[in-house]
Amino acid sequence: MKNLYKLFSIITIIIVSNSYSFAAEKVEYLKTDWSFKGLFGKFDRASLQRGYQVYTEVCASCHSMKYLSYRNLAEKGGPEFSEVQAKAIAASFDVTDGPNSDGEMFTRPGKLSDKFVMPYENVKAAQAANGGAYPPDMSVLVKARGGGVDYIYSLLQGYEEAPSNVSLDDGVYYNKYMYGNKIRMAAPLSEGLVEYGDGTSATVEQMSKDITTFLMWSAEPHLEARHQMGFKAIVYLIILTTLVYFSMKKIWSRVKSEV
Amino acid sequence: MSDHDYRPKSKVGQWFNDRLPLLTLANHLTDYPTPKNLNYWWTFGGILTFCLITQIITGLTLAMHYIAHADMAFESVEHIMRDVNYGWLIRYIHANGASMFFLAVYIHIFRSLFYGSYKSPREIIWIIGIIIYLLMMAAAFMGYVLPWGQMSFWGATVITNLFSAIPLVGEGIVTWLWGGYSVDNPTLTRFFTLHYLIPFLILGLVILHIWALHVPGNNNPVGIDIKKPSKDTVPFHPYIVIKDGFALLMFMIVFAFFVFYAPNILGHADNYIEANPMVTPAHIVPEWYLLPFYAILRSVPDKLLGVVAMLSAILILAVLPWLDTSKIRSAVFRPLYKQFYWILVADVLILGYMGAMPAEGLYLLIARVATAYYFLHFLVILPVLGFKEKTLPIPLSITEPVLGGSPNLAAARSKESKIE
Amino acid sequence: MSEKKTKRRDFLFTATTAVGAVGAAAAVWPMVDQMNPDASVKALASTEVDVSSLKPGNTITVLWRGKPVFIRRRTKEEIEEARSVKMEDLIHPEKDEDRAKNPEWLVMLGVCTHLGCVPLNDKGDYKGWFCPCHGSHYDTSGRIRKGPAPLNMEVPKYEFVNANTIKIG
Repeated sequence: MKNLYKLFSIITIIIVSNSYSFAAEKVEYLKTDWSFKGLFGKFDRASLQRGYQVYTEVCASCHSMKYLSYRNLAEKGGPEFSEVQAKAIAASFDVTDGPNSDGEMFTRPGKLSDKFVMPYENVKAAQAANGGAYPPDMSVLVKARGGGVDYIYSLLQGYEEAPSNVSLDDGVYYNKYMYGNKIRMAAPLSEGLVEYGDGTSATVEQMSKDITTFLMWSAEPHLEARHQMGFKAIVYLIILTTLVYFSMKKIWSRVKSEV
Repeated sequence: MSDHDYRPKSKVGQWFNDRLPLLTLANHLTDYPTPKNLNYWWTFGGILTFCLITQIITGLTLAMHYIAHADMAFESVEHIMRDVNYGWLIRYIHANGASMFFLAVYIHIFRSLFYGSYKSPREIIWIIGIIIYLLMMAAAFMGYVLPWGQMSFWGATVITNLFSAIPLVGEGIVTWLWGGYSVDNPTLTRFFTLHYLIPFLILGLVILHIWALHVPGNNNPVGIDIKKPSKDTVPFHPYIVIKDGFALLMFMIVFAFFVFYAPNILGHADNYIEANPMVTPAHIVPEWYLLPFYAILRSVPDKLLGVVAMLSAILILAVLPWLDTSKIRSAVFRPLYKQFYWILVADVLILGYMGAMPAEGLYLLIARVATAYYFLHFLVILPVLGFKEKTLPIPLSITEPVLGGSPNLAAARSKESKIE
Repeated sequence: MSEKKTKRRDFLFTATTAVGAVGAAAAVWPMVDQMNPDASVKALASTEVDVSSLKPGNTITVLWRGKPVFIRRRTKEEIEEARSVKMEDLIHPEKDEDRAKNPEWLVMLGVCTHLGCVPLNDKGDYKGWFCPCHGSHYDTSGRIRKGPAPLNMEVPKYEFVNANTIKIG
């Protein structure tokens, strides 16, 4: 047993010291309090709605969100726009449909069942319009980045003057949190870039938080249902485990007494 | 299964049972005499059965929505996550279920190593178990390819390229595996087909595994042969059923935590980026349960030998019953083996950790030492130990130590009752 | 073992089994429900059809929720015939006035109520539709008149968005 403890403490020391040395190389992400973390975490509806506004007014000109539909905006657990609002949002976009009976494609106002309209026809077109860099689809972006929401939140606020020893090409910017510090996207947010309907002041920090919350929802639209069901499931399992435990004690008491 | 006579009470039951002795089988399974000193490490067989059935059921339901096509696979997974009723739940159970399956199988294997369950007369059970483990790795690997994310694609590329190490025919085999000149749609569809097939092969082997188990009966923590049925045994139902059930529920609580509160923690972020044959992710790692073997592969500087080393690391287990020369099963009575056992556990954990780190500098050195030790354990230490080791006195029956046997076992027993 | 003890144990076992059974049932539901129409399918509820070019006596077939919908611009004779039928003669009595709010336009699911085949236009003993699978005859209002089908062809929810456009669903 002693050996075992020795070994495990050695392993722990190796692992801990290593992760420390690794952490030291990394930049510490900016922190904020996310309402959707924790056992009962839920989205902040107002923040999601503001986040959607930031997406359409700022990000959507380059970044697609191809797995989302306009109906999602009115669904439970999301921004929860009213159905009328969501319909109006959908109708404000021109959707290509068809072919009609003449075999031609045509545009019509969007419907709830339509997917989010994409800024470019395809990846090649997106690359061509952005100097060869493809602005990634944002549907599952926070799940596709190691640092998750903290990374996105920090990245949006991480634009700085490049240090003198770093030379940047045209169309490349310096970002403290980007892997390798070089990013092809210019700082997308600036103070007062959007005008929030609810009077929230549109600081870069606030917009970063709102859009990141929105992206978290878009990546995990059933997060609230998952948290709720998880709590119920675990409480249920604990109750059943307790009952089974006492049943087991009862059953095994027969054997013990016979020995 | 003719170890006892059974005759159904009802006429209908008798009529049926004479033609197909299912009732005899059911009776055998419920009455099956089990050593009563089995500890909780023995509950993982039942837990693994649960894992297999869960994976099959969730897998079948996912297959109803998944589209095995390079252009649509990623999208269909997102469709499952977003639109299908409870699709997110089913997918997260399936994805995390793979990890839970491996967690349980590793505990199951290391239990067997500690208590010498692979030794005569249980060699066939053990070998079937190793085949199941190999098939599990194949199923898990192909399953990981199906979402067609970056890790799926590059994992598939790297693993299939292992075959190119084979002299002369290697390249041909890889092309054959791919159905093209790179991992692409034909690869995906065949992986889906095989991923669908393998669980049923595993199910069949599990039945053989249990059948082979029921011939000699369970090993037990003391590791001695017991008479059955006797006062050393209890009928499987209700004693073992309820105990397995309790352990399973504890396991399910951990499982539920992952599914509901950390569903992506065991996965890799890059797999939420759609497969792109033009860009390799900066840091390719397999799923955690394959990391020790990945470390072995990388620690050998030669392509062919690396692959050979990795395969040998698994296949060496199949001949373990003959490498371990000790007649004593349980490590409880083998003071030296017990120490080497824990060193092996640590060695495998270190290998796993090194598998996740970049293969350079100190990491590579540690991985090499750990790899060497892994083979040393099985090829040198175990065979020699059987001859050199001075073992402790063994009790005559499992009830004896309670009345006053070796101090070691008494300690083991008291610890066990604490867990209960 | 005393009787009291037995009872308490029985209660414990019963409670454990019951709680376990509830959980098992709850776990089965997601596996069943996943086969129901998903959110994206439910969202495709309505289709709009331009009927401006349809002449009297003609039928167009459009797809709605994966099923054919017949839109027929009926002639005066057809309307007259549909409206003059006595209720007693019908297998499934429904007034034509209820089936076609605007008498000129008949909109219904082109699915035979027997076993789901698509009936043929302008066929059968009642000048309406005829199902080739098992010989059901429908009249000019899509009502079952002869054959194994039990019900009239179903009229879906629809409305005229404007004079030329019908919105189904």
